[in-house]
Amino acid sequence: MTLLLIALGAAVGAPARFLTDLVVAHYAGRHLPWGTLAVNVFGSGLAVFLVVAVADPSWSALLVTGFCGALTTYSTLAYETLRLVEEGRWQHAVWNMAANLAGGLGAGLLGFGLAHLITG
Amino acid sequence: MPDPAPDSTPAADHAPAARPPLRRLLRSASKPALAAVAVGGAIGALGRYGLTLAFPAEPGSFDLATFIANTTGGLLIGILMIIVTEVAPGLTMLRPFVGVGILGGFTTFSTYIVDIGQAANAGAIALAVVYAFATMAAALLAAATGMYATRRLLARSRT
Repeated sequence: MTLLLIALGAAVGAPARFLTDLVVAHYAGRHLPWGTLAVNVFGSGLAVFLVVAVADPSWSALLVTGFCGALTTYSTLAYETLRLVEEGRWQHAVWNMAANLAGGLGAGLLGFGLAHLITG
Repeated sequence: MPDPAPDSTPAADHAPAARPPLRRLLRSASKPALAAVAVGGAIGALGRYGLTLAFPAEPGSFDLATFIANTTGGLLIGILMIIVTEVAPGLTMLRPFVGVGILGGFTTFSTYIVDIGQAANAGAIALAVVYAFATMAAALLAAATGMYATRRLLARSRT
């Protein structure tokens, strides 16, 4: 059952990342990888919120391991950062890693605070 | 080489006239590619879950399973993207299925952030910092190694 829930969550999360990247690039262009930053920041905040607020292991498998896990990505982050390095854009490469880490942690703090507010 | 300022992108990027409506963009998204991403994502996530069963970690300890997923995912995306861009650009489903789907679902940024937060919350600040930067360094190094090694192998096989 856990396997099915994880697969189901990921089967929604991965296409959501794909579509978010399309939409973000549509508005922000592809000069910098904003789409990956968007899913990683949002997915991190949501995951931390759910880890604190949701105790049920089935919901956790579906939403945290499945959906948030597949919505966010480290492989594309690494590849896009290396592409910036290959283009000689070292500052943008460092900015990209820093923005993902800082954005993810910031969103995580927000999710943590929100979850504690709700659950008391 | 000076970096171009972020606002120096061509004006066409920002001009509404050069941008087709979002609705048309979304409708044109290939349905087979979306399906491939969904199936690949499920496969990758199950692989990541398998690693957490093989290398269980208490919250607030070094999450080896996620570390392994993110670094091997980096190595594999490096290899894959050289194949996609320089060997077989005609295989249009390779990137959605394997890159966006399987490797995107296998690697995770949200669990990485949850791990850092749980370590910090448990008072293990040094562990949180080490885990954060070790994952970053290892994933980037792995992806660079995958790209470099694949290019070397290609160059050798072509001579």
